[in-house]
Amino acid sequence: MSEPTTEELLDITLTVNGVRRQAQAPARRLLSDFLRHDLQLTGTHVGCEHGVCGACTVLVDGAPMRSCLMFAVTAQAHAITTVEGLGTIEAMGPVQQAFTECHGLQCGFCTPGFLTTITAYLEENPEPTEHEAREAISGNLCRCTGYQNIVKSVLRAAEIRRERAAGTRP
Amino acid sequence: MKPAPFVHHAPRSVEEAAATLAQVGHDGKVLAGGQSLIPILNMRLASPAHLVDINQVAGLAEVTLTPEAVRVGALVRHARLEHHPEAYAALPLLRQALTHVAHPVIRNRGTTVGSIAHADAAGEMPAVLALTGGVVEAVSTAGTRDIDATDFFLGALETSLAEDELVVAVRFPRFATGTGTAFLERARRHGDYAMAGVAAAVQVVDGAVRDARLSFVSVTDVPRVVDVTDQVRGHEADGLDWRAVAPTVRDQIEPEGDIHATAEYRAMLAIELARLALDEATAKSVAAQYDSAAERGIAR
Repeated sequence: MSEPTTEELLDITLTVNGVRRQAQAPARRLLSDFLRHDLQLTGTHVGCEHGVCGACTVLVDGAPMRSCLMFAVTAQAHAITTVEGLGTIEAMGPVQQAFTECHGLQCGFCTPGFLTTITAYLEENPEPTEHEAREAISGNLCRCTGYQNIVKSVLRAAEIRRERAAGTRP
Repeated sequence: MKPAPFVHHAPRSVEEAAATLAQVGHDGKVLAGGQSLIPILNMRLASPAHLVDINQVAGLAEVTLTPEAVRVGALVRHARLEHHPEAYAALPLLRQALTHVAHPVIRNRGTTVGSIAHADAAGEMPAVLALTGGVVEAVSTAGTRDIDATDFFLGALETSLAEDELVVAVRFPRFATGTGTAFLERARRHGDYAMAGVAAAVQVVDGAVRDARLSFVSVTDVPRVVDVTDQVRGHEADGLDWRAVAPTVRDQIEPEGDIHATAEYRAMLAIELARLALDEATAKSVAAQYDSAAERGIAR
């Protein structure tokens, strides 16, 4: 087969934060760029673009994955949750609330990846130890060196989930 | 850091995938999890004109257990195999090694078969395939063939796979009854590429060592088995000093230096990890026999 001369645009349909979205993009469009540029969901941040930093982590059918290590076309028909889907300022998700309470956010660049990673992790392990919390975030880089407060945020988020489940909070 | 343009192919069956690979030839790469491939594309270290995306191919996402082996399909994500209870029971080494494969988020997407086909000497699963004496199942338009691990890995990122062949599964044979295994690794940060890693399998029968083998991560040019059985066969397992095998190990590894560790440090680390892993595997083999003897006792 010969080299491709013009880039074909593919129709990509997927569900993002519960909403069905459709856009055209070339096959080489990374999911991270597709979310940001084609769907204008700029909450997903792009750092290293080779899977090391974790800033671009989104949930694919509930499981955290690197959106810079997926092509948008492979997300076809799947359900994506980005940081925008975790809550709003008025109704924050447990992890978002914990980050505000524990000062888990410093410059904020890495935060979307931490929020998605931790949200999924707490589904799997709702009562992590501090050691487990540290392990759970080990694939995400924070260059403000803010891990102490992020670990606290993981543990606090687990508490908030329990409080909400018990109905002790509005 | 964006990939060069390529044509995306999304076959629905193994036959269709093989036909596509036959058409695109050396211009094509197979995309499964992409956790090693996409970084290479993003950095433009490679720019294949065609990607054959097998994520829609039916029948490749199965873990199958037979009396002889654990068979892992090409679309089985590392995380799925890691948390597969029957696979763990049949071959604990799989989970022991998988917990060291990158970070959990990478394991959610990356595939075990892809890691083996990628043939990175710093990868954990190629070392596991070598230690188990595993087999790679390849399909092309010409048919199916089994490739032994010993014939599969040729060099750094190099395998004996032809450009039109698709790996549809790998088989990890089970160890002999009562074999203990261990997987140890040291990285600067857990989940990063290992400075050195080792998989060990030891079989103890009636208190004496019958079989002891190792394979390495990041310290041999290709994943291969270092057999230390001759040194220790028949020795009492209890109190065995595995330091005795260090010269044999040293002779068979050829680590390279890099920014994280010199070659000599890597060799020392590999030898020490080998000792620890052999110790752990021995203890597990002894414990397994104790357990099965206890079970027989209860049955009586």
